[in-house]
Amino acid sequence: MTEADTEPRQIYDPIIDTPSCYVREEGVHPPLDSPEYKSTQLRHPKQPLIFLPQNITELTGPALGSVGTIGELDHDLTRQHEGEPIGERTTVSGRVFDTEGKPLRNTLVEIWQANACGRYRHRWDRFPAPLDPNFTGAGRCETDDEGRYRFVTVKPGPYPWGNHYNAWRPAHIHFSLLGRAFAQRLVTQMYFPGDPLFPYDPIFNSIPDEAARNRLISRFSIHDTQPDWALAYEFDIYLRGPGATPFEEAL
Amino acid sequence: MIFPSTPSQTVGPYFAIGMPWPEGPHAVAPGTAGAITIRGMIYDGAGAPIPDYLLETWQADPEGRFADLWGYGGPSELAGFRGFARVGHEDGDGSFELLTVKPGPLTMPSGAIAAPHIDVSLFARGMLHRCVTRFYFADEEQANAADPVLATVPVARRDTLLARPADGGYEIDIRLQGPGETVFFAL
Repeated sequence: MTEADTEPRQIYDPIIDTPSCYVREEGVHPPLDSPEYKSTQLRHPKQPLIFLPQNITELTGPALGSVGTIGELDHDLTRQHEGEPIGERTTVSGRVFDTEGKPLRNTLVEIWQANACGRYRHRWDRFPAPLDPNFTGAGRCETDDEGRYRFVTVKPGPYPWGNHYNAWRPAHIHFSLLGRAFAQRLVTQMYFPGDPLFPYDPIFNSIPDEAARNRLISRFSIHDTQPDWALAYEFDIYLRGPGATPFEEAL
Repeated sequence: MIFPSTPSQTVGPYFAIGMPWPEGPHAVAPGTAGAITIRGMIYDGAGAPIPDYLLETWQADPEGRFADLWGYGGPSELAGFRGFARVGHEDGDGSFELLTVKPGPLTMPSGAIAAPHIDVSLFARGMLHRCVTRFYFADEEQANAADPVLATVPVARRDTLLARPADGGYEIDIRLQGPGETVFFAL
C-alpha cells in the first residue's frame, strides 16, 4: 500500500460511500406494540407497516455535523455553567460504525440525560430530587475521522416513573444519531454495566433478543479513566450498513 | 465481518432539553422564494393530540438535489437549503409547522419517476422505534398516480399520505391509530 492508501480519504465519493441499499434489520429493534411499556398502547400503528423500497431520499441524509454549529463546550456537560455539577465525573466515548465495521466520520451525535440524582431539567419531571444549577444534561459533538465521539459528563441517576407501581428506570443516557442516510437514523439509550434495575425495566426489556439488549450496556474502561479526575465508560454504536439489494428494492 | 446493529429505544418524555433548536423547523432559510409551510396535527389512538413528539423531515429541493454530505444531484441553488427539519415539543397542543419548499420529482435508477415527497420520522414517548411515513402532495395528481411507492399502498389509505393545499402551504395530519390511521412504512 502506498502512503496515500492509508490516509483517510477526505473527499467523500457518493458512488463508493453511498450504498444502494441498507440491510433490513430483523429482530434487532423492539416492537412498537410492547404492552409492558404502557405508553405504547395508544402510540403504535395498528395497521401493518408497508414495505418502503430504499431510494434516493432514504439513501441520503442531513449533514448537520458539518455546518459549524457545534460549540466548543457542547461535548462537555460539566462545563456549561458557572460551577461544576455534583456527581461521578465520567467520560463517555466510543465509535460510530456501520454494521460492516466502517467508521462514520463527521456525523452528529446528540445526548441528553438526568443529573446525578436522576432528575431531568424539564418541567414535566416531578421527581422530588434536587435539580443541579450547574447541569443541563444536553450535549452534542461530531465524530472524527475514525468515527470517534467523546463526552464529559456526570453519571446520571436512576429515577422513578409512572409505568407501574414502584417503577424505576435504570440509569441511562439518551443518544441520537443521524448517520449518513435517512435509513440509518437511530435514537437509543446507553446503560451502565451491572445496573440492578435491568430485570424490572420494560423499556430495556422491550428488545426481544438478550444479546441485542446487552449491546446497549456500556463498558467501564479502566484504560480510559483519568487518574485523580474522571471515570470512563465506552459505548460503540453500529448503524445499519450496506446490504444486498433485494428484489423488492428495485424500483 | 458483519457486526450486529445497535437497537432503538424511545426518546422518552425529556428529549426537549437537548434536541429541538429554534431554527430546527426550517428546512429552508426564511424568506426563500417559493417557501411553504406544512402544518398539521398529530393524534394518538384515542384521537387526542400528542403534546410531546419529535418530528423530523428529509427531502430534495425543487430540482431534486439533496443537502447531504455529498450534495446528491449537485449543490442546491437555494441559499440555506438544508432539506432537514426538526420540530419538537415537550408540552404542545399536538400541532406541528415546518417551513420548506416543495421538493421536485426524482428519477429512480430504473428510470421510474418518484412523485414529490418528504420522508418523515416521528419519535415520542411510548414509541420504542421511530415511525416512518411520507408527505406527498394532493395537487400532484399525475405524479402521484405514477409513483411506485404510492402504487403499493391500498387505494383507500393513500389519502393519509397526501398533504392538501392550505393557506400558505399544505396541511396534513398524522393519526397513529383508528379511522384514517396514517400509512407507516417499514424501512
